[in-house]
Amino acid sequence: MDTLAQPADTQTETIIDIQHLSKFFGEREVLKDINFSVNKGEVVSIIGSSGSGKSTLLRCINLLEKPSGGKIIFEGTNILEDMKDVNQHRTKMGMVFQSFNLFNNLDVLGNCIVGQMKVLKRSKEEATVKALKYLKLVGMDQFIHAKPKQLSGGQKQRVAIARALSMDPDVMLFDEPTSALDPEMVGDVLDVMKNLADSGLTMIIVTHEMDFARDVSDRVVFMDQGVIAEEGPPEQIFNNPKQERTKAFLRRTLK
Amino acid sequence: MNFEVIADIFINNWDAFLRGAGVTLLIAIVGTIIGSIIGLIIGVIRTIPTPDSRVKRIFLRIVNWILSFYIEVFRGTPMMVQAMVIFYGLDLAFGIDIDNMTAAYLIVSVNTGAYMAEIVRGGILSIDKGQFEAAHAIGMNHFQTMMNVILPQTIRNILPATGNEFVINIKDTSVLNVISVSELFFASNTIAGANFMFFETFFITSIIYLILTFTVTRILRLLERKLDGPDNFNLVGNQMQVDIPKFKE
Repeated sequence: MDTLAQPADTQTETIIDIQHLSKFFGEREVLKDINFSVNKGEVVSIIGSSGSGKSTLLRCINLLEKPSGGKIIFEGTNILEDMKDVNQHRTKMGMVFQSFNLFNNLDVLGNCIVGQMKVLKRSKEEATVKALKYLKLVGMDQFIHAKPKQLSGGQKQRVAIARALSMDPDVMLFDEPTSALDPEMVGDVLDVMKNLADSGLTMIIVTHEMDFARDVSDRVVFMDQGVIAEEGPPEQIFNNPKQERTKAFLRRTLK
Repeated sequence: MNFEVIADIFINNWDAFLRGAGVTLLIAIVGTIIGSIIGLIIGVIRTIPTPDSRVKRIFLRIVNWILSFYIEVFRGTPMMVQAMVIFYGLDLAFGIDIDNMTAAYLIVSVNTGAYMAEIVRGGILSIDKGQFEAAHAIGMNHFQTMMNVILPQTIRNILPATGNEFVINIKDTSVLNVISVSELFFASNTIAGANFMFFETFFITSIIYLILTFTVTRILRLLERKLDGPDNFNLVGNQMQVDIPKFKE
């Protein structure tokens, strides 16, 4: 995995710093005064029950949802202030969706090069080389001519990961990447993500896979009703939770 | 029904029929293509997300209002009336004297554009929201998202409806006889006016129309299948042996 290596000695550098973030959907406040930061090279899992706001938080980070208030400082700039550069910021954040969202009109290779060519203005050759590197990494390099509809869910998600990686992002956001998969395909995708985590990539993962969160994360964030109820190293959250609602949630999910 | 008479009429006037059919097809093709382009452009404009800045928002609202006005007017009036108004009106109001073929292209294009704008908008709205989000997430702006991701899928989805417009255009060019465009109906009328055998002449005309529309629908069906691509794909073997594989754009 050395191909992806990011400097490991810069671990204390903050890449994303979220301050007092709030988000309203109409009258309903789905995120309340979120304060949370991620260091370079860190793998953070966000857990919590449905409707707790964890996906919304992730989608606020790359501005697919527009936050109602607060600051998101990404690599030193508050991205809520200069909304003109929103596309610029998004290229540095890879996003993997629950429902894959591969471009249906393009084949696997096309999915991985279109952003590189149109947004990053790379040449077709350069984009192809890069795409093949990451498709190989996720084990999908044989399928470059396949259309999304010809792939299984697990294959689609691995291509989606390669597509995001091809943009050379500084941080990867995963929004419940295995929730729409058949059980036997979850493993393939989680393996790929585990490799990425080991390679030192900064990752924020919204997930329901508790075992995976425990194994892979440097830090686990538990969200409940729009607030961060508890955060800490996985050992603490899973073995020794301090908050009552964390305990209740884990009791429900870890049965 | 006397087939010999019909055959005679065709043999004596085949060149006039053919020329009329050619003009009809030409106007229908040009009108459908330009109309579709108008529709696509309007569709893209009408789906621009609401901008943050106030000035841009107001500007966009004005543009949208003008586009709605255009669509309502051209969908809400008969093409025959539009033909009269545009052909004679341009001359009266602005002194612009256009020949009737130019008027024909203009009228059919603008009319088709109004219908296509709504078809395209429907097509864009039917694309899964996730496609937009994925495109935005890798940093594409609205225009890039439309050109590379949304419109290719929209065009495939609206192809049946576009074929419909094409067929309608082939038939509806007949109303352009009011501004003396020498399309198939006009040509048939001229022939029948000379031989006084209206039924026999227009029997031939109807068969020519049917051949035109039938051929067009078949060709469009083929095009649809081609756009869908093959059902199968080939696995690419060992990457060490394949440097940079060929792929479609």
